[in-house]
Amino acid sequence: MLYIYCPHCEEHREEEEFHYGGQAHVARPKDPDACTDAEWADYLYFRKNTRGWHHELWVHAAGCRKFFNITRDTVSYEIKETYKIGEQPAISE
Amino acid sequence: MSDVLTPEVDIDATAKVAVMKQLPEPGLRPVRAESPLHHAQLDEMAVAAAADSASAGVVLCEQKLRGHLVIRGDSKDRQFALSVTKVLGLELPGKLQSARAKDASIRWISPDEWLVVVPGDQAFAVETQLREALDGHFAIVNVSGGQTIISLSGPSARDVLMKSTPYDVHDRNFPIGKVVTTVFAKTQAVITRAGEESWEMVVRRSFADYCWLWLQDSCAEFGLAVQQDKGNKTMVFQTG
Ligand SMILES: [Zn+2]
Repeated sequence: MLYIYCPHCEEHREEEEFHYGGQAHVARPKDPDACTDAEWADYLYFRKNTRGWHHELWVHAAGCRKFFNITRDTVSYEIKETYKIGEQPAISE
Repeated sequence: MSDVLTPEVDIDATAKVAVMKQLPEPGLRPVRAESPLHHAQLDEMAVAAAADSASAGVVLCEQKLRGHLVIRGDSKDRQFALSVTKVLGLELPGKLQSARAKDASIRWISPDEWLVVVPGDQAFAVETQLREALDGHFAIVNVSGGQTIISLSGPSARDVLMKSTPYDVHDRNFPIGKVVTTVFAKTQAVITRAGEESWEMVVRRSFADYCWLWLQDSCAEFGLAVQQDKGNKTMVFQTG
């Protein structure tokens, strides 16, 4: 079980209060109509499959119901940091 | 998509919100209302078990048919916080905190969301006053029908919570006044520590029966007594 720090509640909580929301920082294309099918498909479907530090989106589903980001090691499961949406991670992979 | 037309927004229309008075005017024929645990007949159980309540490890009471208002707004907006205080007579509580006065309580739910609980017959008046006092970007929703409050008290109330939630309910982590929304059994609850040995859980209407069944089971080893809800002053409600 992961023990996750929610940056909104400012407390550590059990993993069962949270849901995983996929890779973080996936920006929606500014003008979707101008995208090629490949660019749009890339935005919708294609994600990294990182070995090591991974920025990911989580939601405190059974708590404050806010989304936030986690930098987590996909090998050791170590959580390096959690930060609010709109903030930048201290670690880049 | 970019070919969606921008709707014409009527500012006056968006400023008006349908606020529903859910109770009949005084003097009119009373309406029948059933709390989420109506079917469990807690009042009848309370009368039958009155003699056992002194020796029970856990005393359970449904604080039923209260007025529940969800308020959303920006806690950093001083005017917002002041207006809420003016109407409720309570400070807008900070993170994981609650505040209570004689007839009203307010629980922090998330950084921009609070739950106000008032007697059932005051929900409309309080909502109206809040709407008059608040300005700018805010929301108030009457969710009274959607949830109920179960209180647990007694020397073993904490033991029951320890069996039911992964959250640490020890004194050092859960002082009186603290409120957390967390996992309770296989559902969720907004758990407040109301006193040394007393706790309150706000649970969803559709999960109230599940929580009640869970609590009967988990309280069995400590002895469970049910108490009548003395605070239900909503006299227009008739449950017969
Ligand atoms: Zn949280």
